[in-house]
Amino acid sequence: MTVKYTSDHEWIDLPGDGDIATVGITTHAQDALGDVVFVDLPAVGATLAQKEVAGVVESVKAAADLYAPVGGTVVEVNEALRADPSLANSDPLGAGWFFKMKLSDQTEFDALLDATAYDELVKNS
Amino acid sequence: MSATAPLLTTPLHALHLELGARMVPFAGYDMPVQYRGIMAEHKQCRESAALFDVSHMGQVRLIGDDAARALETLVPVDVVDLAVGKQRYAFFTNANGGILDDLMITRRSGDLLLIVNAACKDADIAHLRTHIGHRCTIQPLPEQALLALQGPKAATALARLNADVAGLTFMTGGSFELAGASCFVTRSGYTGEDGFEISVPAAQAETLARALLEQPEVEAAGLGARDTLRLEAGLCLYGHDINSHTTPVEAGLTWAIQKVRRPGGARAGGYPGAQVIENQLAHGAHNKRVGLVGLERAPVREGTKLVDSHGHAVGHVTSGTTGPTVNQPISMAYLPVNHAAPGGEVYAVVREKKLPMRVSAMPFAPHRYHRG
Repeated sequence: MTVKYTSDHEWIDLPGDGDIATVGITTHAQDALGDVVFVDLPAVGATLAQKEVAGVVESVKAAADLYAPVGGTVVEVNEALRADPSLANSDPLGAGWFFKMKLSDQTEFDALLDATAYDELVKNS
Repeated sequence: MSATAPLLTTPLHALHLELGARMVPFAGYDMPVQYRGIMAEHKQCRESAALFDVSHMGQVRLIGDDAARALETLVPVDVVDLAVGKQRYAFFTNANGGILDDLMITRRSGDLLLIVNAACKDADIAHLRTHIGHRCTIQPLPEQALLALQGPKAATALARLNADVAGLTFMTGGSFELAGASCFVTRSGYTGEDGFEISVPAAQAETLARALLEQPEVEAAGLGARDTLRLEAGLCLYGHDINSHTTPVEAGLTWAIQKVRRPGGARAGGYPGAQVIENQLAHGAHNKRVGLVGLERAPVREGTKLVDSHGHAVGHVTSGTTGPTVNQPISMAYLPVNHAAPGGEVYAVVREKKLPMRVSAMPFAPHRYHRG
């Protein structure tokens, strides 16, 4: 299992032996947004290019786009998150995941930030 | 204010930082937007008591025998008959009947105390000096801080510092000793809840704030929760829901224009824009501020375009979010009167989707003022 990060504050978890990755927003992102009250998730089956808008996260105070960390096809969305958007705050790296996608290009994943690089980015932001 | 000007701070700035507040620039001040989170602070205020620092707002004394009559030349509100200890909501108008700022006026034994919005206070003071400075003394009070203690348990908490405050009712005020400070307290606020606004000398503000935060009912709350609370309460935010282009009639604030200042009243007119406002009072305005409740879950925010069922533009949202208490999207907007009846539907265009919204009576959350 490898978790990588984008500079737009998404995380993507790709199991070592598969090509289906799980995507969510980072702890830093949910903290900056505040109380999440609504999520707009992509349609299952949608094909997304890397950095294409995949959904929207809205807090009491602000709205933010969620981008596809890599290109691929959406294979599942988190209906529990749609029903209870506060999962994005309470468990952003677990039960608050947004969608799963089948990667189209492993090299896009490989080029994303690792945990150390992402922590550094957040520290300097 | 230039982009490089340093932000101003209130006397509670160090306390905000100590409490872990997330600070943001607001009206030229470095202000706490939240401490624990907007939702938690909002609920704290609805269920118990929340302490807000509103020291960035302007406090101004008008002194002199002619002050009330002079102020009536700038606001369409009955100031002359305002009894000592009573408070009233008002607004400065311009020649077109637009609202320059909204404010609170309290008659005290020796003066009128005005509370004005932070972003407008310099302009308000200049406006007062220009137009009525020759009739009364205009004295800004930058040495006074302002705290708002709001919520159903605010009275219980504050009464522990001085039991006499419990005698106040909504929109009345008086002088009280609190935590060793001479304060002027009104039973009012801008959250829809029972509560108090406390004018306290800046040097004693932190001591008083700490004394209030020591009360088990009280937690600090920031501007984020203040905004969601006032929106649920159906109260206008200046610069958003009302501005110099919106009239009191359009904004649904005619309740604040007493009979004595309306046509036929003993002191009718005589304020800027009176003709426009009186004409609208008689014949109505084309547009009206309304409340909207979202029928889907996405919040509908300020600036969102509103269309009718045919897709024709009918207005725009002036403020909106998901109300933490009512747990649904709520917005305020201006709509043509033929779309403004409660129960009517319009569509908010959000990310190219048309989301249905229903025109709703306000407040969205019931007011719980202490009227005695």
